Amino acid sequence: MERSLSHIALFAALIAVLGFVPQITLATGVPITAQSLGIMLCGTVLGAKRGALAVLLFLLLVAIGLPLLSGGRGGLGVFASPTVGFLIGFPIAAFVAGLIVERSRAPIGLAAGLGAFVGGVLTLYAFGIPGMALMLDKTLPEAALLITPYLPGDLIKVALTGLITHSLARMRPDFLPSRR
Amino acid sequence: MLALTSPVQTPFHRLPAGGKLAALAVFTFLLFQLDSPTALALALVAIAALHLPGGWPFAAHALCLLRPLWPFALVLVLWHLWTQDARGGAIVLLRLTAAVAAANLVTMTTRLSDMITVIERLAAPLARLGLPPRTLALAIALTIRFLPVLSDRLTRIAEAWRARSPRRPGWRILTPATLATLDDADQVAEALRARGGTG
Repeated sequence: MERSLSHIALFAALIAVLGFVPQITLATGVPITAQSLGIMLCGTVLGAKRGALAVLLFLLLVAIGLPLLSGGRGGLGVFASPTVGFLIGFPIAAFVAGLIVERSRAPIGLAAGLGAFVGGVLTLYAFGIPGMALMLDKTLPEAALLITPYLPGDLIKVALTGLITHSLARMRPDFLPSRR
Repeated sequence: MLALTSPVQTPFHRLPAGGKLAALAVFTFLLFQLDSPTALALALVAIAALHLPGGWPFAAHALCLLRPLWPFALVLVLWHLWTQDARGGAIVLLRLTAAVAAANLVTMTTRLSDMITVIERLAAPLARLGLPPRTLALAIALTIRFLPVLSDRLTRIAEAWRARSPRRPGWRILTPATLATLDDADQVAEALRARGGTG
């Protein structure tokens, strides 16, 4: 119980801190932040349930008024903005990523990369695109077009999630909460 | 760690947090029912008028919080100029701005401690699912406490990297940062258990 609680709370803080890391601007001019990498890592490192809870805790802190989303955004307003679908998708993305790592028999790095892709890209976009379509009154293909510039950055983060989870598993072989 | 609550005191600061949240929910629901630009413009003016008691610094803070909407406003303007549907664009833009501004107003006029009290009350039924409100409050407090700790840790890892390498610290510092978080979490768990656990 204490262990789950402290993992959830500290990883919620990690997601926030990764949002403070300065943004890197891709060649396409689109800024990428490490925050969604933190969401993916929550799933692949903590596992489905605890990963999703860590993300929910993070969103709770954002909702009650802490400026923890990348770019210093926060408060209730972000839940009325066009990106609300992504926020709703965040915990589910972490859950799916964690589930894949828990169930897969593939080497941990590959499993984490696959989990990050299915969770952090496919699942997340499945919530983010309809959310944006609804908020901006656009069709689904139009909304999808609006977020395509983010795809390269997200694919980089998928690869990084695989690499980082792989290194963590090597450094703490019987430690990774998602593989126990 | 600064919350987004405005230091400028307004009459809204004294209203109960639960009431403000309920009013916000109703207002946002109504905004999505309206589809005339005039009505939505009036709603936006009404929200703007609610900022008057706070004076200029309060309004400036509110405008600052609306800044993340600029890219979307730009996309909407360009898009609707192209499709020549100014009315549709005006509706979406006004509704979006009014909804976000109203939500920000609640955030700016409600203290963090009041929000946490509301959360604890709302989360009370979760006790039956095995999540007592006290555990949730502990989790919130732990996360807030560890924000500066982890932020500091990340800075030190980046500095150590710069001391060793002429290249910029890129994603490579994320592995030690995550590892440190895992190790910290284990120590926090032991400390909690030594002090009688979460129960």
